[in-house]
Amino acid sequence: MLTAPSLIYSLLAPMLIVLAGAVIGVLVEAFVGRAHRAAIQLTLSLGALSLALIQLWRIRDQFSTTAAVGSVVIDRAGIFLQGTILILSIVALLLVADQDNFVSKASAIPGSIEEAEATKTGDQQTEIFPLFLFAVAGMMLFPVANDLLTLFVALEVFSLPLYLLAGLSRRRRLLSQEAALKYFLLGAYSSAFFLFGAAFLYGLSGTLSISGIAQAIAASAGNDIFVLLGIIFISVGLLFKISAAPFHAWTPDVYQGAPTPITGFMAACTKVAAFGAILRIFYVGFAGVYTEWRPMITTIAIITMILGSVVAIAQRDIKRMLAYSSIAHAGFLLSGIVALNKDALAASLFYLFAYGMATIAAFGLISLIRDSAGEVTDLNHWVGLGKRSPLIAGSFAFLLLTFAGIPLTSGFVGKFAIFSAAYQSGNIGLVVVGVLSSAIAAFFYIRVIILMFFSDPQNDSVSIIIPTVKSRIAISTAMVSSVVLGLAPSLLLNSATSFANFIK
Amino acid sequence: MNLLTTIGFLPLIAALVIAFLPKTNQELIKKVAFVATTLIALASLLLATGFDRAQTGFQFTQSTSWISAFNINYAVGIDGISLALILLSTILVPIVILATWHESDVGRWGSKVFYILILVLETMMIGVFAATDLFLFYVFFEAMLIPIYFLIGGYGSGEKSAAAVKFLLYSLFGGLLMLASIIGIYVIAGNQIGATFDLTELAKLQIDDTTENFLFLGFFIAFAIKAPLVPFHTWLPDAAKSATPGTSVLLLGVLDKVGTYGMIRFCIALFPDASKTFTPYIITLAVISILYGAFMAIGQRDIKGLIAFTSISHFGFITMGIFAMTSQAMSGATLYMVNHGFSTAALFLIAGWMIKRRGSSTIADFGGLQRVTPVMAWLFFIAGMSSLALPGLSSFVSEFLVLVGTYTRYPVAAIIGTFGIVLAALYILIPIQKTLHGPTTPGNEGMADLSLREKLAIAPVIAVIIAMGFYPKPVLDLINPSAEKVVVTAGFTDPAAKVGK
Repeated sequence: MLTAPSLIYSLLAPMLIVLAGAVIGVLVEAFVGRAHRAAIQLTLSLGALSLALIQLWRIRDQFSTTAAVGSVVIDRAGIFLQGTILILSIVALLLVADQDNFVSKASAIPGSIEEAEATKTGDQQTEIFPLFLFAVAGMMLFPVANDLLTLFVALEVFSLPLYLLAGLSRRRRLLSQEAALKYFLLGAYSSAFFLFGAAFLYGLSGTLSISGIAQAIAASAGNDIFVLLGIIFISVGLLFKISAAPFHAWTPDVYQGAPTPITGFMAACTKVAAFGAILRIFYVGFAGVYTEWRPMITTIAIITMILGSVVAIAQRDIKRMLAYSSIAHAGFLLSGIVALNKDALAASLFYLFAYGMATIAAFGLISLIRDSAGEVTDLNHWVGLGKRSPLIAGSFAFLLLTFAGIPLTSGFVGKFAIFSAAYQSGNIGLVVVGVLSSAIAAFFYIRVIILMFFSDPQNDSVSIIIPTVKSRIAISTAMVSSVVLGLAPSLLLNSATSFANFIK
Repeated sequence: MNLLTTIGFLPLIAALVIAFLPKTNQELIKKVAFVATTLIALASLLLATGFDRAQTGFQFTQSTSWISAFNINYAVGIDGISLALILLSTILVPIVILATWHESDVGRWGSKVFYILILVLETMMIGVFAATDLFLFYVFFEAMLIPIYFLIGGYGSGEKSAAAVKFLLYSLFGGLLMLASIIGIYVIAGNQIGATFDLTELAKLQIDDTTENFLFLGFFIAFAIKAPLVPFHTWLPDAAKSATPGTSVLLLGVLDKVGTYGMIRFCIALFPDASKTFTPYIITLAVISILYGAFMAIGQRDIKGLIAFTSISHFGFITMGIFAMTSQAMSGATLYMVNHGFSTAALFLIAGWMIKRRGSSTIADFGGLQRVTPVMAWLFFIAGMSSLALPGLSSFVSEFLVLVGTYTRYPVAAIIGTFGIVLAALYILIPIQKTLHGPTTPGNEGMADLSLREKLAIAPVIAVIIAMGFYPKPVLDLINPSAEKVVVTAGFTDPAAKVGK
């Protein structure tokens, strides 16, 4: 006779609430009339995310490795990461809710009459809300997954909706669909790598649980080659998600092609989820054999930082530029993995939150800058934006300075925290490269500021749309938290420090 | 509330007030900015009167926790050196505002933004000299680049945005190198005495030689870019040519002093052993800067470029004085920073007026100004004489102290440096002769002499130049104990005077 598995529902509730919201969302699609869907879906999604956040707050001091028969571990760092994902998702959701970024009828062929009619009648593809919630649920599961199989399931749960969402841009649909396809193919490819690595580690240790693998690795001193192969292949799958070089090739295309709010959501939340998982798997699973993987991750971090910073210089499209900037930031964050100490974990938690907020705000602002054909992402058309709209251009300039890590911004605090942790662990070379690539990166951030402020507008076709209330709330929330985190980082840094704890 | 903190934040409050004034009422904005900065200057004199000269430690100290996770404090305090430089900053700002009353009228974003930027910059200038927490210093050091960047790029002339970017990238590059060193020293402190950024605590660290050398270089290169030493100087002439005269005064007069100040406060105080190791090289660089700056100045056709290169030469003197590691040279170098601030201010402001009236900054376009605009010509002459260190004017005292102080330890460097003075006569006298004397050349006949506002603005600067030339004692009294303390704590003693054979 089988005994029913015992689940600690209160600890799993945040994820379950989001999943329930997603399922109800699908039902709403089936049963509610077209006219009311958008409002209901938005309320439902916001409600689910907020409820999940509240529940997360209530369990913030609890921890357990057996919440779901050992496949999920709830601990301080996991709760912090989940909270970060939820908060960022709520902000991003308000941007996503601005439907005019999304295609009116995804099944219609781009440029067809059917599409034009759907647009004219004001049709909306409200399925984006449940898809969004599924992605969020997957992201929440990813950093708390305690065995490789759950990790893989979570990876797919959040990736599949993202592949779809990336292809739903209203304008330049072919580009968007191309991006989605690329993302899907490469993503599937990297998932295969991940599974391959998981197979190696399973073969070696006979278990899928991360802590079990840690013990097996410690016990099997002779099997270095299998450990290394396992780590390498699993890393490939994970590094793909954080767009570390040389697995970054999808990033610029997808960032450019996806609807801008989705780009913001992806850039912020995927990073948090994927880094959360990487942090856990390396800090808990592979910490014992750090001499094996440290040179590899160090090299990747260095390549990623330099490549992101250097290639960004050549970009003429703001979304592609921010894509390369996110690659460079992934490199900085990888320093936190290499450092492998508690300070680095706290620094990464802070960095992820601060970077996520700034990223969402940046993509929110980008979606406001339009001409007759839709969003204007070509930097040549950004010339003189400071004259046309000082507030938007000024805010964007502030975010660029945040990405560049100028003091008094949250980006600087994050960078300082993570580099000092890396220095502490003896990886001084990494710090020097990081600092130098920051100097290179400063160049292209500043170039955008010059374009906006020091040149006169050339074409008048570009205009700045008045944001809706939802976008306004989202952008200003993200902006204000970026400013506050720059001036008073202690507000978050102290809790990041107290939450920087993985249990085994 | 602490007086120093109050003075530091007053400009920020004034900037906020201006932010709420109507954009169109330029006169009101200017008046508010002027009155506010004048009051701040007067308030900063309170610091000087309340300052206890007998004491060599930091005074007016305050320490409030800022980022507790890294033990970063808002910690400020001043000794004689920082006080002198804060006074320089607060006094120059209202003078600049009065002297360049119409500078912001034609700029990109109008007067409002201009004065907000100036006032924010003033807060940062005070902060950077007052910070006794390394992290806080770094924050001001880097953040002050942003207002200057917009001041050059938005209100300058010519290749302004290129110059602004060049300035920013050079400074950021240096700053990031310094960041690596700051992280290094922070981690070392964490291992030895617990994480701290407090300067007095950090000075007690025992760092092994190789590490100390690298950390030192991180700091030194950042400062050598800021107070441009050859070969890190190429941004300065471009920036000075493109910036408005007022911005140039603040840039060369105050901001660049952060570099030389940093060498004293951080390079020498935190890394005395590495300073010792690198001193010969730095002295060499300084001497090269003195001569190179002077030669380049002689070759300049542009007045602003000329002043920029003379400054490079002067920064060579200051750096030489700092790293000679004698109390005399150290005092001289500090005094030089103050004097250079005032004499550069005089040169740039008057040159700015000349350029505005003539519509050109090429030296060859001027001629015979002495006849048309006698007041302006005489004042320019005095400023020039101060720059070439004529006895009786302020720069002479400091240059003399630097040379004497350097001679006791590095006689060869001092002797070669002295050639800089000879060259100074050339680079100052030739342009003065070309622009002021001789027959009035076409285009200069109708030039108007200084207005009352301009006279009022420049009067205090000239007064300081002359007063400090004859009676530098009050400032020297302020500087000497602190300068001596720097030299002694770094483990140097003044070489005994040798009796000639």
